[in-house]
Amino acid sequence: MKAFLDSILSGVLLGSLYGLFASGLSLVFGVMRLVNVAHGDFIVLAAFLALAFLHITGIASPFLMLVILIPLMFVLGYLLQRGVLNPALGPDILRPVLITFGLSVIVQNGLQQAFSADSQKLQGGRIETASIPLPDGLAIGTFPLLTLVVAVALIGLLQWILYRTKLGRALRATSDDLSTAGLMGVNTPHLFGIAAGLAMVTVAVAGVFTGIRASFDASAGPAWLIFAFEAVIIGGLGSLWGTLAGGIILGIAQAIGAYLSPAWQMLAGHVVFLIALMFFPRGLFPRRSE
Amino acid sequence: MPTRREFVKASTAAALWAVGCRKKTSANRVVKIGYVGPFSGSLAAFTEPDAFVLGRIRRAIAGGLVINGQLHPVEIIGKDSRSDPNRAAEVASELIQRSNVDILVTAHTPETVSPVSDQAEINEVPCVTTDAPWQPYFFGRGGKADEGFDWTYHFFWGADQLVDVYTNMWDTVETNRVVGALWGNDNDGNAFGDPVTGFPPVFAARGFKLVDSGRFQLDINDFSSQIGAFKRANVEILTGVLPPPGFATFWSQAAQQGFRPKVVTIAKALLFPAAVESIGPRGDKLTTEVWWSPHHPFRSTLTGQNAAELCADYMRETAKPWTPPLGFKHALFDVAIDVLKRVKDIDSPESIIEAVRATNTSTVVGQVAWRGKPVRNVCTTPLVGGQWVRGEDGRYSLKIVNNKHAEEIPVETGLQPIDYSGA
Repeated sequence: MKAFLDSILSGVLLGSLYGLFASGLSLVFGVMRLVNVAHGDFIVLAAFLALAFLHITGIASPFLMLVILIPLMFVLGYLLQRGVLNPALGPDILRPVLITFGLSVIVQNGLQQAFSADSQKLQGGRIETASIPLPDGLAIGTFPLLTLVVAVALIGLLQWILYRTKLGRALRATSDDLSTAGLMGVNTPHLFGIAAGLAMVTVAVAGVFTGIRASFDASAGPAWLIFAFEAVIIGGLGSLWGTLAGGIILGIAQAIGAYLSPAWQMLAGHVVFLIALMFFPRGLFPRRSE
Repeated sequence: MPTRREFVKASTAAALWAVGCRKKTSANRVVKIGYVGPFSGSLAAFTEPDAFVLGRIRRAIAGGLVINGQLHPVEIIGKDSRSDPNRAAEVASELIQRSNVDILVTAHTPETVSPVSDQAEINEVPCVTTDAPWQPYFFGRGGKADEGFDWTYHFFWGADQLVDVYTNMWDTVETNRVVGALWGNDNDGNAFGDPVTGFPPVFAARGFKLVDSGRFQLDINDFSSQIGAFKRANVEILTGVLPPPGFATFWSQAAQQGFRPKVVTIAKALLFPAAVESIGPRGDKLTTEVWWSPHHPFRSTLTGQNAAELCADYMRETAKPWTPPLGFKHALFDVAIDVLKRVKDIDSPESIIEAVRATNTSTVVGQVAWRGKPVRNVCTTPLVGGQWVRGEDGRYSLKIVNNKHAEEIPVETGLQPIDYSGA
């Protein structure tokens, strides 16, 4: 029983990381109906940028790198959206997907050129190995717990922006009806840029947290993209809390799979994803407006 | 509209022409070495020394090679496998069919070596390979111990040597002899974990109790269930084979959950200094097998340099730490050039493979000669045990701690258990 509880607990914590991966993907899909295949590679890019800034600045804490990384990734997302992706958006949904596929190849190869193929890791210091003892001999890792807290806070913030601000109203209006929002004076190209920038903020945070949790190399992106996709689909397209829940469900499914047999860890996650897709094609928590 | 007869005529002419090309019968023609390597993708770290090694080899043979009294220029044509077995087979076939290479060489994991060797065997092109444990190379390709292959030859160590080195290392430390194993669901993990042909029977024979947590997918992000099983069984020695990201995740979680084995011996993840450094201070005292190091007392026939000199040059020219693939890559071309020098008739693949079979040459990884042991197409290279030791400046160096398997390679220090006093 204790081993089972232990598994569930680490599944929830791992799931929050998946939720963090997926929130940006979910946001971009929700607003622009755009599937970003390069999302995982952008997370790896953020991790490598954090590594580079650590070297340049000589500061020891990767968490502090977020101060530089968040605005930088926001600007990058905005420029990419306006310069590269906006022109491709239109009735043909395949075109932007193909462009993000190209971006994925470019980012992977560019990173290998710039940082070599060695696997790297961000050093989080003592927090990486610290844990908080729970009753009954259980222990909860401090860093995974922090990941959960940050994921909840970040998604809460995005949710607040979407539902409590003027910007959010414009974003939701654009999401609901692009042409009418344009008629009402919403500057949709700019707005899309903002949405992509916000998604890149989540990418920056995900990059730093994943980079501390595990090591990464230039070709790690696609593996992370799969979890992000599954979390979004389980949770419901375009719903942010749903995405976090989707990530956590995925994490728990994997943990239970691993508890039963180590060979089933990944399989259990994929099976839950397929079940969700079969019986809840709109996800477990679809948006009310749809 | 061409008639069928015209078509038959044209295709016969084309076929004859192709055969003519295949024969390559001009004096002083360029001799081509085809090389397939994982230049990009997940195995790319293995080919990091390529630019340096190929530069040296090309310089050494810049004036061409005298083959059976004729001077021939030599060209090395490299192709990227992109770390994908299918792609490796594809580019190998391209090298054979389109570039008409005289000899194929390849290296780095069964995923690269096996598909390229298969292409060479089908097309009857001489092929020399290295850097993949020989059992998956030989048996994985359907090799039969008494028959072997005709066109493909390999030099590297095998899983039998690996388990011997591991158990020799563990014998030198005081433990409860309970071994926890992290064997993933891939070629290596399944081979090591096989209850009949893998490590388990050797562990049992050497008096180690095995706690096998089962085959897992290599890209998992959570090892809690394995860690729980190891803690319950009071595991003091941890072994396994997994890629660097997997081990980094495992090792962080082990610390969070209070799993503290005395000895940790991992294949693959601890091969490269960069991967160990990326783990941070907790990489100290981890152990692994050492295929090659500057302390290996062997010399290259081609350049006359020994392992220490080669490593020193590499570190000076590239400002990067040496890695075992450096030595094996160098040795691979050392063997290929040595073979070409001894060929009687460069236009006959049979003559080239005869020269391969007769190889007895010194390389930086040891003597390479195919003498029928352990099987006809495999020559084994020595293997020792090593421990990563963290210096004052945070840089890691790999110290050889056990040479029971290859006593010509000197031991630098004794194996030390992992120190958790600072944690």
